[in-house]
Amino acid sequence: MADIWRSNQREVIAVIVLLILLTLYFSTHPAGPTTYVMTIWANQCLILGLAAVAQFFAVIVRGIDLSVGAVMALTNCIASYLVIGSGLDMAGGIFVVLAVGVGCGLVNGMLVVFGRIAPIVVTLATGSLFLGLALLLRPTPGGQIDYDLADAMTLDVFGIPTALIVAVAVIVLFWLPLRRTGLGMGLYAVGSSEQAAFQSGISVATIRLAAFALGGFFAALAGLFFSFVTTTGDAGIGPNFTLNSIAAVVLGGVLLRGGVGTLTGALAGAFILKTIGALMFFSGLPPLSQPLIEGLILAAAIAIGGADVLRVKNRLEVFGR
Amino acid sequence: MVISSTPVVSLVGVSKFYGATKALTDVDFACFGGEIHAILGENGAGKSTLIKLIAGVIQPSEGKIEVDGQACKLASPAMAVSRGLVCMFQELSLVADLSVRENIMLGAPGTGLGWLNSAVIPRAKAILEQIDGGAIRMNRRVADLSLAERQQVEIAKALTRKPRLLILDESTSALNASVVEKVFALIRKERAQGVGVLFISHRFHEIEALADRVSIFRNGQHVETFDNGAYDYGAIISKMVGQRIDDIFPDKPPMNLQAEEILKLESYGWSNGFNNVSMVLRKGQITGLGGLDGQGQGDVLLGLFGLLKNTSGKVSIAGHSAHIKHPKRAKSPALSIALVPQDRKTEGLVLEQSIARNLELAALGVPGIDAADPSIYQPFLDALELKCDSLEQPISQLSGGNQQKVALTKWLALGPRCLLLADPTRGIDVKTKTQIYALLRRLADSGVAVLLLSTDFEELIHLCDETHIFYNAQVVSHLTGSEVTAENIIAASLNIKAAGEAHG
Amino acid sequence: MNNFKRWTPEIDVLVPYIATLLLILAGSLLYPQILGLGYLTQQLQIAAFLGLLALGATIVILLGHIDLSVPWVLGGAAIISTALVGSGSPILSMIAIPAALLFGALIGVVNGLGVAILRIPSMVWTLAVNSMLLGISVVLTGGFNPKGEASETMIALATNRIGGVPLAFLVWMLVTAGIVLLLKQTSFGRYLASVGYNEKATFLSGVSTPSVIIAAFVIAGVCSAMGGVLLAGYANQAYQSMGDPFLLPTIAAVVIGGTSILGGRGSLAGTIGGVLFITLLNSILSVMQISDAWRNIIFGVIIITMLLFQSLRRKGA
Repeated sequence: MADIWRSNQREVIAVIVLLILLTLYFSTHPAGPTTYVMTIWANQCLILGLAAVAQFFAVIVRGIDLSVGAVMALTNCIASYLVIGSGLDMAGGIFVVLAVGVGCGLVNGMLVVFGRIAPIVVTLATGSLFLGLALLLRPTPGGQIDYDLADAMTLDVFGIPTALIVAVAVIVLFWLPLRRTGLGMGLYAVGSSEQAAFQSGISVATIRLAAFALGGFFAALAGLFFSFVTTTGDAGIGPNFTLNSIAAVVLGGVLLRGGVGTLTGALAGAFILKTIGALMFFSGLPPLSQPLIEGLILAAAIAIGGADVLRVKNRLEVFGR
Repeated sequence: MVISSTPVVSLVGVSKFYGATKALTDVDFACFGGEIHAILGENGAGKSTLIKLIAGVIQPSEGKIEVDGQACKLASPAMAVSRGLVCMFQELSLVADLSVRENIMLGAPGTGLGWLNSAVIPRAKAILEQIDGGAIRMNRRVADLSLAERQQVEIAKALTRKPRLLILDESTSALNASVVEKVFALIRKERAQGVGVLFISHRFHEIEALADRVSIFRNGQHVETFDNGAYDYGAIISKMVGQRIDDIFPDKPPMNLQAEEILKLESYGWSNGFNNVSMVLRKGQITGLGGLDGQGQGDVLLGLFGLLKNTSGKVSIAGHSAHIKHPKRAKSPALSIALVPQDRKTEGLVLEQSIARNLELAALGVPGIDAADPSIYQPFLDALELKCDSLEQPISQLSGGNQQKVALTKWLALGPRCLLLADPTRGIDVKTKTQIYALLRRLADSGVAVLLLSTDFEELIHLCDETHIFYNAQVVSHLTGSEVTAENIIAASLNIKAAGEAHG
Repeated sequence: MNNFKRWTPEIDVLVPYIATLLLILAGSLLYPQILGLGYLTQQLQIAAFLGLLALGATIVILLGHIDLSVPWVLGGAAIISTALVGSGSPILSMIAIPAALLFGALIGVVNGLGVAILRIPSMVWTLAVNSMLLGISVVLTGGFNPKGEASETMIALATNRIGGVPLAFLVWMLVTAGIVLLLKQTSFGRYLASVGYNEKATFLSGVSTPSVIIAAFVIAGVCSAMGGVLLAGYANQAYQSMGDPFLLPTIAAVVIGGTSILGGRGSLAGTIGGVLFITLLNSILSVMQISDAWRNIIFGVIIITMLLFQSLRRKGA
């Protein structure tokens, strides 16, 4: 039991913090926890949540993805052309959107694996490339998404926000099974120690490529869900999502040095970040001070996470964190 | 013994080059099923290269590798494992952030990217039981295990992969004698079932006890293979070194209990590691710290170098009470303490930089020393016979033994009055060991107080003037003079009263 | 073999300069005026802003860290200096530049403390510091462009020329020379690379690694602030998020200059080349009047190509 707590404490803490914030939010919201309020909240959280999942796959293999926002922008713009029309058209459109995401991820992955360039630099450059492509498609915001589909995805099922159902499905149907496969374990092995993973018979290159492809896939999902919420295409949505996705995974207990953290944690981190923002909106604080307070909370959360360093009794233990 | 008719693995005319450096030259070598085959050689002799080739980590530059008599390209460790060639690497191949269970399942044969195979877990548990590792819980993170526990897990992991050839590269270095004996029993059982074993160790008595045949490597070449027992200890050493070494340890001068006190510990303690440690380091003496791995002796060295917070008790240096709160303070002329840390690759040296840059790193900024002056390092490099092209050579290109010489010299150049050493000869070849021993004795003669942590009984017996043995975070025995015997050290390490001591 | 190895870093340094020359030659085929002295010296002037930022960024990246607070240290320094000048008081306008630099140093200390003492990954901590600075500026300015103006000194530093050479370029070179001297003459320079490669081993060599880290972030903060002051002088005002477009080009310039993002290996000379290349690339793309979309695409592709070239060449060697 102690072992299980030890290896999952970061996620547990993140989820507890999220629940506290959520209670605060719904109790201070003037309308209370109605389905409508919950749906809007869940939609906002899920967009960043999926972006954070995309970031998680890069971070877990000791990488970082600065192109998450650009892939979201690109897939959002593609969706604004293709996710409309007959059911078959839309299905094809969604397939193309997700395939483009995977393709972007693979480009990143191949440059990292075969080009031997650090992920942060690769995705900095490809981010510019993907953003350029998005701008080619939509120099100004425009286009349209099928309203019925958008409604179905962004409203609720029997009072439960669809976005929450999607989030739970990602965890239960995708993440938990993935952890029981060689691929899922390989992600951690490569992120924790490339040498040990290689000597244990893992193909490091395959795992890295898969991680970036999964990252691209989830960035595309985030872009797609963003399209359902806004029902339009906009190439300028990226920058905030890239930086916030990094903040979210860190809040969710994923270590930037790789090998530690879970997808659930990343999702929780994103939900925390968005809930703080939403809380602020109804808190009665002067609107102008909100960016500062958000920044302070983010900094404080990170600093508290790092504060146990000060209790370390062996000065050597602080290295390699 | 059932020896297979064709070798499990054979190397035919294999060479391996790294740029201009020849790691292996034209090697013919074979290992059969059902034999335990020990490989001996100094550092840089080509042992690790040989093993990496068989394990699929690297590929030969020339020549071919045959498995079961058929030429075979071992492109990756996964491919080697699929052919039954399983290696326990010196740098452990466990993933620190994963649990023991996950590590054992990781890369198990037939897993690939698909579902993990949990069937290996009961088998791994059974193996751990047999080698005193039954207490290691499957859910523990490997990062939280001691080095000895990791080696036990590594052994279990290797054996669950159904090896036909098991390669053990210094796999028992941190295990105590009774566990090693159990590991050996397990290995012999594997041999009886026709598994071949390649065994690398720097402990001669282990090889004597275990091996059927012995192969000696020197300078990247296969010198000779013979049956165990065909040559005596001295002859084997000469074959390894290429020349005869008569005395490994320098002569010990008579002990002087009246020598000046350099460093004195009184009830020295640290809540996470050791308590109530008292000892005196005297000018010109080599003091040993012994005991099983992780009994607190390593933490004492860290504490004396200013790496531990909240230590209790009193530390006096040259009669003055000292508060050592930072390595920078420790190395300052006022205290003049130096520490050669245990792991030279990650703690002692900056591997990416040149020899010269590594040498000057400790001396930089110390008042009264010109770190850029090569002549402050040269006497020590000469005494240790450092082999390198120039001081501008990247230190990563040197062998382990030569790297350790640099790690020592960078501190000796400061002229410390108290030198702390954490197992400086672990995994180092005999010749380098003798050079280091001779230098340590010379330093002591020149007035330095040396505190030597060692896992090698021989060092504690033949090199140290006195020895403190740790057990469970305390000094349980202080041995001086004729009391320093193997029996007494082993007894104290296990905290049982030795027969000899009871009489005395 | 050894001789060759010793040469590799210097080839790395030359790559961006060669690329810059090729860029000028290729550009001049389309637009001959690019070869004119007027155009080229103007590029040197514009490069100075990015150059100062990249200078500080190189120090931090050599250490194995990254400073993402560049945009709002730049913006904050610009706001502080223009606000002090705009107050009308002669004393306050006199201290405008020192105050801005002090601000940069202070943020550098905050960055350094978080990274060195609390051991927070620099990428996260400097990001948080950046968003706090943004928040503070929104509170203080109400989200509008702050009032104020640049002092004559600031305008002169950013736009004057001495004998045809832009003063801004000279400032950039002077600061660079100062830092080169610091790196060559003090043990700080040696420690910087050692920490970048292996912080633990450096600490165990008796080096106060936290001081090295904090000092590096202070240098970076001052450089960013200096960039902000010059930019405010150039625009004769400060404006919200004036630093945002500079962050990514700054990092790109450093890595194109051959400095490893992982720390340890790299040089200031390479960074200068990287800055010249990026500045010129941007300028030529805007001279060609191509759309934002294509500019982004070309920018991305060229950076990838150059990094691939460097990385594959190193692998070959």
